[in-house]
Amino acid sequence: MTKAVLTVIGIDRVGITARISTCLAEANINILDISQTIMQNIFTMVMLVDLSKSTKDIDVITEELNKISAELGLNTQLQHVDVFNSMHRI
Amino acid sequence: MFISPDEITQTVRMIQEEHLDIRTVTLGINLLDCVTGDIKTTSEKIYDKICRTGSRLVPVCKSIEKEMGIPIINKRIAVTPVSLLVGNVCLEDCVMIARSLEKAAEDIGVNFIGGYTALVHKGYTNGDKSLVKSIPQALNETKRVCSSVNVATTKAGINMDAIRDMGILIKKAAELSKETGGSACARLVVFANAPEDNPFMAGAFHGIGEPECVINVGVSGPGVVKSAIEKVRDKDFTVLAETIKKTAFKITRMGQLIAQEASRNLGVPFGIVDLSLAPTPAIGDSVARILEEMGLECCGAHGTTTALAILNDAVKKGGTMASSHVGGLSGAFIPVSEDEGMINAVSMGALSLEKLEAMTCVCSVGLDMIVVPGDTPASTISAIIADEIAIGVVNNKTTAVRIIPAPGRKVRDVVDFGGLLGRGPVMKVNPFGSEKFIDRGGRIPAPIQSLRN
Repeated sequence: MTKAVLTVIGIDRVGITARISTCLAEANINILDISQTIMQNIFTMVMLVDLSKSTKDIDVITEELNKISAELGLNTQLQHVDVFNSMHRI
Repeated sequence: MFISPDEITQTVRMIQEEHLDIRTVTLGINLLDCVTGDIKTTSEKIYDKICRTGSRLVPVCKSIEKEMGIPIINKRIAVTPVSLLVGNVCLEDCVMIARSLEKAAEDIGVNFIGGYTALVHKGYTNGDKSLVKSIPQALNETKRVCSSVNVATTKAGINMDAIRDMGILIKKAAELSKETGGSACARLVVFANAPEDNPFMAGAFHGIGEPECVINVGVSGPGVVKSAIEKVRDKDFTVLAETIKKTAFKITRMGQLIAQEASRNLGVPFGIVDLSLAPTPAIGDSVARILEEMGLECCGAHGTTTALAILNDAVKKGGTMASSHVGGLSGAFIPVSEDEGMINAVSMGALSLEKLEAMTCVCSVGLDMIVVPGDTPASTISAIIADEIAIGVVNNKTTAVRIIPAPGRKVRDVVDFGGLLGRGPVMKVNPFGSEKFIDRGGRIPAPIQSLRN
């Protein structure tokens, strides 16, 4: 996997972006694009990330993200970019 | 961003809230080269080949699941119809092969293995005879082995001898597994026009026109379709059909992606994506609820056949463009015990066996996971099968019957099969007999529709 989309959804609170980006940085994962909205207090962040130089296995990263999600009450999902390309682009 | 955040969250919602998943990745394996003169050696070779070819299926699917973030619910194996691998052998010899299939399935970690199958649409070979006779015992001695018998094709007509035999064998299989409500019958399908590349159980087998091995994928997503049409509640049928079509396209794209990835990682050619909308007993994963969302008070009400026709057609239209090769059964499934809405409709008295039969004229597959009283005569079960098979033969489509005459159970009892097989309310069967009709035996000639050359 080289490029992936990380989706983070949950109740807005201080430090979500910071915690997630730190986790990615520690694994040498580059953030290529980021979009963030807050609607009715629901925080939604979508990141396009580059995993090609990642120092950690995808299992490990997913586990770390799950840990942060549980702590902050979030829902995170890391998925190959092809999932979205296939579904939304012909 | 290359794809809008709205589109991304839509996909994530489909997976997390609307049960979008890949229902099955099925690896088809040719076993013809396992045939030897000795049944014991043949069954050992079968075990070895399945384990050798299929050993990476489960780990590869698990890694794709992680990478794509899409659940792959079932990993399964389909093999060459076993009747082609055995000659004029005794019943016990056939069951030995069933045990080999079971052990291979268990060892590589798949939940079902299909192909304990005979194709008898024009008549029995010696191998077919042995295998068909052994089905009740084979199913009773295994947990994962799935069996199917093709009793008719549009080209060949209907083998009524086989239909008569199947009524008796289904009763026998139910009796042998009476402790679990006749659950062995849930792994036995009687087909007309059986497809050779169907990835779904219990009817999957690796047809003789298929390559050495192949990956076929079945998608799911009734919940996604239901959510999509909730947004067009007050719109007309054109908008409704269009909405289903677009949704089906998106769902099928996931199937195509997973099929390609599995094929590439396993080094096995990609066969087809099956467009069927497959329900589960889970809330929010029901085909019946889609029909109700279209405006019916309860599935089974007048209008249900039309609603299903719309759904089935729109799903195919959307799905066809989304996949490079479409095959298998490809249509909406309406298994009663595996669909929470269908279970509810039967319990409410809204959905009868007769209505289900009508519904099967416009969708795949047929009378699926129907529980009937245990005292239903074998000839009546044969006649139910014959009616369903006639629909398939005349309309040039696949139809099938998976019926469970639950021993000791009466109408309105509920039989729980557990897991994906769900729980089925016992349905009322027409009490008038068909015995003399079924006793005639022989073959019904192929219909005029078969002469297309």
